[in-house]
Amino acid sequence: MTIDTPARPIASPVTVARTGRPRRSRTALLPTAVLLLGAVYCLVPTLWILIASTKSRSELFSTATYLPSFGSGLVDNIADLSSYDSGVFWHWMLNSFLYAGVGGFVATAVSAATGYAIAKYRFRGRSLLFNTILAGVLLPQVVLAVPQYLLLARVGSTDSYAAVILPQLFNPYGIYLCRIYAAASVPDSLLDAGRMDGASEWRMFSAIGLRLMAPGLITVFLLQFIVIWNNFLLPFVMVTSDDKFPLTVGLYSLLRHGANQASLYSLVITGTLLSVIPVIALFLSLQRYWRIDLVTGGLK
Amino acid sequence: MATSISRRGRRAGHSRLPYLLVLPAILLLLLFVVAPGGYALFLSFQQRKVGGGLLGSGSRTVFAGLDNYSTVIHDTELWHSLLRMLLVGAITVPATVLLALLFALLLDTARARLTRFARLAIFLPYAVPGVIATLLWGFLYLPATSPIGGQHLDYFGSSMVYVSVANIAVWGAVGFNMVVMYTSLRALPPEIYEAARIDGASELQIALRVKVALIRPAIAMCTLFTVLAALQLFNEPNTLQPLSNAISLTWVPLMKIYTDAFVDSDIHLAAATSVVFAAGILAVSVVVGRLAQTWWGAAGAAGKEGR
Repeated sequence: MTIDTPARPIASPVTVARTGRPRRSRTALLPTAVLLLGAVYCLVPTLWILIASTKSRSELFSTATYLPSFGSGLVDNIADLSSYDSGVFWHWMLNSFLYAGVGGFVATAVSAATGYAIAKYRFRGRSLLFNTILAGVLLPQVVLAVPQYLLLARVGSTDSYAAVILPQLFNPYGIYLCRIYAAASVPDSLLDAGRMDGASEWRMFSAIGLRLMAPGLITVFLLQFIVIWNNFLLPFVMVTSDDKFPLTVGLYSLLRHGANQASLYSLVITGTLLSVIPVIALFLSLQRYWRIDLVTGGLK
Repeated sequence: MATSISRRGRRAGHSRLPYLLVLPAILLLLLFVVAPGGYALFLSFQQRKVGGGLLGSGSRTVFAGLDNYSTVIHDTELWHSLLRMLLVGAITVPATVLLALLFALLLDTARARLTRFARLAIFLPYAVPGVIATLLWGFLYLPATSPIGGQHLDYFGSSMVYVSVANIAVWGAVGFNMVVMYTSLRALPPEIYEAARIDGASELQIALRVKVALIRPAIAMCTLFTVLAALQLFNEPNTLQPLSNAISLTWVPLMKIYTDAFVDSDIHLAAATSVVFAAGILAVSVVVGRLAQTWWGAAGAAGKEGR
């Protein structure tokens, strides 16, 4: 089901008749109010940053906090941010998309192949592999970041795009989910029919398996995209040159430089706003394809 | 464990394909999980000795046995960082799971309005990275810019700071867990409430007695993931650190490891701490996974074998 869950089938009219009064007449005030409170809690920081980014440096600390400024504040702030360190902010934005896009895509391909093989073939070491992957789900990748850095530093390949992408390609949870999708959505009878017709095993994986697993694969991709997009510690330890930073590390370094300089606050605030917009847009546009019910591995 | 494969699954020998398909994952596992783990283990048994010896000054790496581990065990700052992490977790885990459950049940209430808007608004923080979320909240906390009373209430005070850090983590996690639970609720056939309604149960009683019981696997799964996230606490305190005096450079274990490795440049101690911390996390998550599985019949990662 998408975030936009389709309406549940309406309870049979018999029910209404039996209890004698229609149940959908009034708005439930308390539940609605609590939900709105939750929505406000979740939106306030974003709204505040939207308002704050319209303010010039002097207005930021002097004007009423919830009133936006209608001067040229926002335009100036974006111009300032774009010219900061010769436009390095947009580099960070591109890097974030590169890390999350490439990493998410390859991780999904690897997960799909592995999950399909575990679900559809019996081969040596299969249970050992699957149990190792289950253990991998329980070991958060973040605790590996420093050891991964130490190893890559040993072979001299830190501070590169590969150092950020490669460690994030192995996604045990994605493999676990793909195994479930493959078992549930690729019928053995179809594969047997394919074999009868002389299709190669590879062709059955690429033409039948991947296609049938597609809705699940989009979910695995989006999950991993968000994991990489949100990751901070790994790029933080791996990358030292600021033109390879993703947004998270870039804005953090901007804050570190600016912690004692209130003049940099507007830059951090504007950068924070601009970094939130693309992912929210991506989510809203993809929410139709994004099936949360698959997250728990449940398939009906 | 893996016994549920179809009887018609291909046996080895029929094709090389399964091996080729799992090869990339195995290589990645060896290169980026096993090898770093092994290398950290190797480093953790070494030490850097400065000066000394007949060959004059400089430093060399020597075998240290369990010295680093002894330092780790006796490092009070590490234990304090662990305690702080647990304190924050004691707020984030129940708050995230209960709020997510509350919102999911409210969304599933027949006569609630504006549910589409609320669902989307509460879910959106999931797409905001922890560091960015911390920057957002950081400016809300900061006395100079705070619109929520930071001038009167010290959000970075020595005990308030736990709530401030936990709040950011909860803000980012509630929506995702809410949607997982809500999806579980929508998957239940509505007829199952009918019997309860005929017996005169109120919507509230149905929600608490029937719905909560039926989505226990989803609740267990969310609890497991929230616990795992709480153990990895790093982004929020690390980003608040430049803004707040209450947060030290070694405030939580991952910050301590980072500081050992990159500020104090003691990679051997950092490696030993990493090994201990990773082993501890694995142990905790296995236990929590098992508990979730046996108590609540979790269909979660630790439990169910798939189909």
